Amino acid sequence: MANDTVSAIGGATSAAETQWDLWEVFTQEGEGAPHEHAGSVHAATAEHAMQNARDVYARRGKVVSLWVVPTGAIIASAPGDAGPLFDPGNDKAYRHPQFYKTPRGVRGL
Amino acid sequence: MTDQKSPTSAPAAGSTDDAAQVAEFEARIAQGESIEPKDWMPERYRKQLTRMMSQHAHSEIVGMLPEGNWITRAPSLRRKMVLLAKVQDEAGHGLYIYCGTETLGIGREELVDQLLTGKAKYSSIFNYPTLTWADIGVIGWFVDGAAIVNQTMLAKASFGPYARAMVRICKEENFHKKQGYESVATLANGTPEQRAMVQDAVNRWWWPSLMMFGPSDKDSPNSAELIRWRVKRDTNDTLRQRFVDLTVPQARAVNLTLPDPDLRYNEETEHWDFGEIDWTEFHEVISGNGPCNRERLAARRKAHDDGAWVREAAQAYAAKRDAVTAA
Ligand SMILES: [Fe+2]
Ligand SMILES: [Fe+2]
Repeated sequence: MANDTVSAIGGATSAAETQWDLWEVFTQEGEGAPHEHAGSVHAATAEHAMQNARDVYARRGKVVSLWVVPTGAIIASAPGDAGPLFDPGNDKAYRHPQFYKTPRGVRGL
Repeated sequence: MTDQKSPTSAPAAGSTDDAAQVAEFEARIAQGESIEPKDWMPERYRKQLTRMMSQHAHSEIVGMLPEGNWITRAPSLRRKMVLLAKVQDEAGHGLYIYCGTETLGIGREELVDQLLTGKAKYSSIFNYPTLTWADIGVIGWFVDGAAIVNQTMLAKASFGPYARAMVRICKEENFHKKQGYESVATLANGTPEQRAMVQDAVNRWWWPSLMMFGPSDKDSPNSAELIRWRVKRDTNDTLRQRFVDLTVPQARAVNLTLPDPDLRYNEETEHWDFGEIDWTEFHEVISGNGPCNRERLAARRKAHDDGAWVREAAQAYAAKRDAVTAA
């Protein structure tokens, strides 16, 4: 499937359909936890997306906050760009504490 | 639900996929990597997953019908609350999997259309009628029990969105099975009439539940490919055996018998041997001639048509609001 027919994170674009627009849903499961991608819903408006997200992804316990984002608004990295984007982060051992030597007997560093 | 009937074509035959890309893809799979929607995948993998996932989503949606049939007649407020919550979960399961299927590049409307026109399959089990209240308990115990066996495996599927939907679903299924078994146990310990009613339900649902795992391995042409691509980890027969082994002791614990004279424990294999499944019945139901196939599709079509004005009204409201904000 060519990238231009698929939205940033993979959903089919909804322009040609009579279905409601696609929204991505993020849930926060507990105070202080990060918002995580849960899935998607179709909805006509933002409030409607919020209601559907509640019904589909927050039916029981845990969820304390919801984000809904129009699927088309998400810009995602392409699998082919993974090398240039992330490899530079993999060869810098000096970004980790194990890289450094500590004189024998010194504690609490 | 499980992989049932599907068109068979030789993998890669007539495919335009690049051999080097296929090799790279299969190496990723072999390393246990997860395939994400934007990753390159063979057309056949995309096709097989679209078929399997949409079939699974349709099963969740159609599966609401046999149980929904009893919501207004549940024998107590507690049972009614439980059944409502369970059926609502099944709607949620359908939506989780539809949204996962859409990441493969197919629209929701096309998926729904495939179901309503009878082009897409759904699990054979939902084409059987729910004749008594005891059927509702037995469905939770057998049908959700079988679904758990299948979905626990699929939670490790190589396609990320499918696996993640399964993890979410598995967390909810345990309540479905437990509420069913509780209801069955209550009836099994009840009056002679209640006992007879639940035994009758067990007798009717046992074999169709075993058929949920799909054709036996020797007649399941897709299995090898799906296992090689780690969509599935086990064959239909392995999963079916796992379900039988789990369920036999549960039936004994509530003094219910399973309707199979050949059912006996095999000391050597440490599994429960069981009798031959009526595959003629299975194929009849799959090809549209089960007891309720027409009724189920008619009910889905009616619900879809009756909901048309809601979809249109919401869209009209959104358009009107956009016009107001633009002005
Ligand atoms: Fe389900
Ligand atoms: Fe369920």
